[in-house]
Amino acid sequence: MPRGDLDRLEEVIERMTDIAESFGLRPFPMRYEICPADVVYAVGAYGMPTRFAHWSFGKAFERMKLQYDTGLSKIYELVINGDPCYAFLLDTNTLLQNKLIVAHVLAHSDFFRNNVHFSTTPRDMVERMSVYAERIRRYEMVHGEDTVEAFLDDALVVAEHTPPPSPVGPGRPPREAEEGREGGRAKRDRLREDIPAYLIEYSPELEDWQRDILAALREEMRYFWPQLETKIMNEGWATYWHLRIMREMDLPPDEALEFARMHSQVTQPGGYSINPYRLGLAIYEAQGEDLERLFEIREGETDVSFLRNYLTESLVEEQDLYLWEAARGELRVMEKDWRRVRDALVAERVHGGLPTLEVAGESPRGELVLHHRYEGVPLDLKHLKKALMAVRRLWGTTVHLDTVVDERPVRFTAAVDGVRSEPIYAGGVGPSGS
Amino acid sequence: MGRTPFSLTHDDWSLHRKGQIDQERHREKVRRAIRERLADLVTEESIVLSRGGTVFRVPIRSLEEYRFRYQWDKGPRVGQGQGGTKPGDVIGRMPGARGQGAGQAGDAPGVDYYETEVSLEELENILFESWELPNRRPKDRRDMEVDHIEFTDIRKQGMMANLDKKRTILEAMRRNAREGRGAIIDLQPDDLRFKTWDEVKKPETAAVVIAMMDTSGSMGTFEKYVARSFYFWMVRFLRRNYRKVEIAFIAHHVEAKEVSEEEFFNKGESGGTRCSSAYELALELVERRYPPASHNIYPFHFTDGDNLGSDNPRTVELAERLLEYSSAMGYAEVISHGRESRLMEEFRRIQAPHLRLSAIRDREDVYRALASFFAPSRDVS
Repeated sequence: MPRGDLDRLEEVIERMTDIAESFGLRPFPMRYEICPADVVYAVGAYGMPTRFAHWSFGKAFERMKLQYDTGLSKIYELVINGDPCYAFLLDTNTLLQNKLIVAHVLAHSDFFRNNVHFSTTPRDMVERMSVYAERIRRYEMVHGEDTVEAFLDDALVVAEHTPPPSPVGPGRPPREAEEGREGGRAKRDRLREDIPAYLIEYSPELEDWQRDILAALREEMRYFWPQLETKIMNEGWATYWHLRIMREMDLPPDEALEFARMHSQVTQPGGYSINPYRLGLAIYEAQGEDLERLFEIREGETDVSFLRNYLTESLVEEQDLYLWEAARGELRVMEKDWRRVRDALVAERVHGGLPTLEVAGESPRGELVLHHRYEGVPLDLKHLKKALMAVRRLWGTTVHLDTVVDERPVRFTAAVDGVRSEPIYAGGVGPSGS
Repeated sequence: MGRTPFSLTHDDWSLHRKGQIDQERHREKVRRAIRERLADLVTEESIVLSRGGTVFRVPIRSLEEYRFRYQWDKGPRVGQGQGGTKPGDVIGRMPGARGQGAGQAGDAPGVDYYETEVSLEELENILFESWELPNRRPKDRRDMEVDHIEFTDIRKQGMMANLDKKRTILEAMRRNAREGRGAIIDLQPDDLRFKTWDEVKKPETAAVVIAMMDTSGSMGTFEKYVARSFYFWMVRFLRRNYRKVEIAFIAHHVEAKEVSEEEFFNKGESGGTRCSSAYELALELVERRYPPASHNIYPFHFTDGDNLGSDNPRTVELAERLLEYSSAMGYAEVISHGRESRLMEEFRRIQAPHLRLSAIRDREDVYRALASFFAPSRDVS
């Protein structure tokens, strides 16, 4: 980008930051980086520019790049929660595109800074992840790339089952302090909802370097959690504010038209799923012009409570939300009852859309028993079997998982020779149970 | 309160190759997974019967990222329409079983295999990487041809026709910059850069595959399909290595006949078998059309081994003669039900390192037969 354009963009950013602040937004200090598509897509695939190397990120990167190269989709920006807050802008963006993006990312930054669920997030994760990446790289040199990769494959399975960090409320002591001096028993009980932590602490199998990697992945997951829990809120917030800030910008007619086109592209209805930009925006807009109320909502909620509290009958109607089901090769709309639609959407957003697993205990033989908190949606069995074998490798011996299949309780057991399942009868596990 | 500070930078990101590096890591895993499935893939019908279409979807097992996730497709999901959607409206069709890898957790329906797209060329690269043409020999020196012209150097003198414009302009820009001018003001003779070239000479010889197949009544669909799969890859491999590969198709039962490719794979006959007839015709073709002095000859014979007992000695005798002219010769017996034949026993007695024998019981043996035929040879005659 020629110096002249850079200067112009800089002026625009100054102007937009002033407007954002005049509305009461309080973003982190911003770092805008102009970079080529490859870099934007790498950041998108890894979730962070400095994250460790793994083939699965390469796979995601390839897919994103392919979509970009074939014109199927285009990411204009990526924003990283941190202090400072990084925004990556595509170097082919027009000035107008950049205007919209600056407005959008200022609101994301404000959201990161002020939503209470982000309050315990380390804001220097860019640096921390680069330290983790470096450590993992060193382990690769010591133990071999294949060994580390195989371990990462397994560790990534359980890392997702780190519980969301609890927000720090007024007068609430930082979480770590509670963990000070507790007995072994109490600690074991506390870690049951935190599968990676449980494995780090009690797995008889893991070596030190493996515990170290698992701890790093667990920290990364804690960082990503609030983002998983506030997708609709956060995108809605950014969309709401890019509209309002752009309105203050007095765009010349051609830019105004181009802006309207871009905005409608971003907020197109999702079809098979909801478009968080569109739905989030609609929910905020339905609150009227009361900024104080909007700031309050932005501060305290996650998607689940946001939808519970503010997705009304008229919004479901206006946003044309529905329940659909696949049957006989067709995807068919089943239901438009607003409460059912709302509840189903809330269910999709509970726990960031991930199943909740916890450690139920250990058998006398040292076998690990996991429990899936069933909430009406069954687990994908094919995935379950592979994932359970991964846990088995991390634990070293047999691992069980209790869940519900076809409305009946079932225990899956991962042993050396594979995974089998058996129904759980009232009063205990069936014939061959432990 | 002052304005939120910000910075705007446009750095050089050309060294940021993270995505590409891991992409390569992923691709290497794909290749490894394909390598593990090669035995399956060489008899994959969509490939063998394709006559060389460009891209195939290859199912591979190991590249899905398995997680504990919901089976969302069991229940209703929330969607969002353009407005006015009513219960009963059809909003789409079920996507085919295409393994579009998973995006967000829970997005993708469980698929047995992760499918990846592979071009035939890529598949060949993987398949052929450890293969070698058995006993490839440069033949008649007169066949030495100029293969192509390679531009190998850049010089300051040369014919104007070979002026390298890009380098010349670059040179002019450099000089002008050295002399303190930003743009190209003039072109000096000293700026001119010319390409020079070498003629690359390669010994070029023809190869001929004499594909022989038993089409007697006992050869069923499976036996023929096996032969077809084998020849498909053999021909592709030879075409990679020789500019000119000819294939002669010989179908035989009691008598042998040269046939078209079409007939070769579709011919069904009944009655008995005399393998010697095929070898006889092969020898005739060698004498008439493919003088060994200028041809690398690769006869290959597929049969179920069900030969007239009295014909075995003659078959072996002719085979031995054909072997003398051949760079390598193969004999494959398809014995989906049964044991190796007497003829195979006889062949096993022949002392010739360039005779390669395989017994094929199931589809996966085709890969083994190919690998053994194209195994690197230690003996060069």
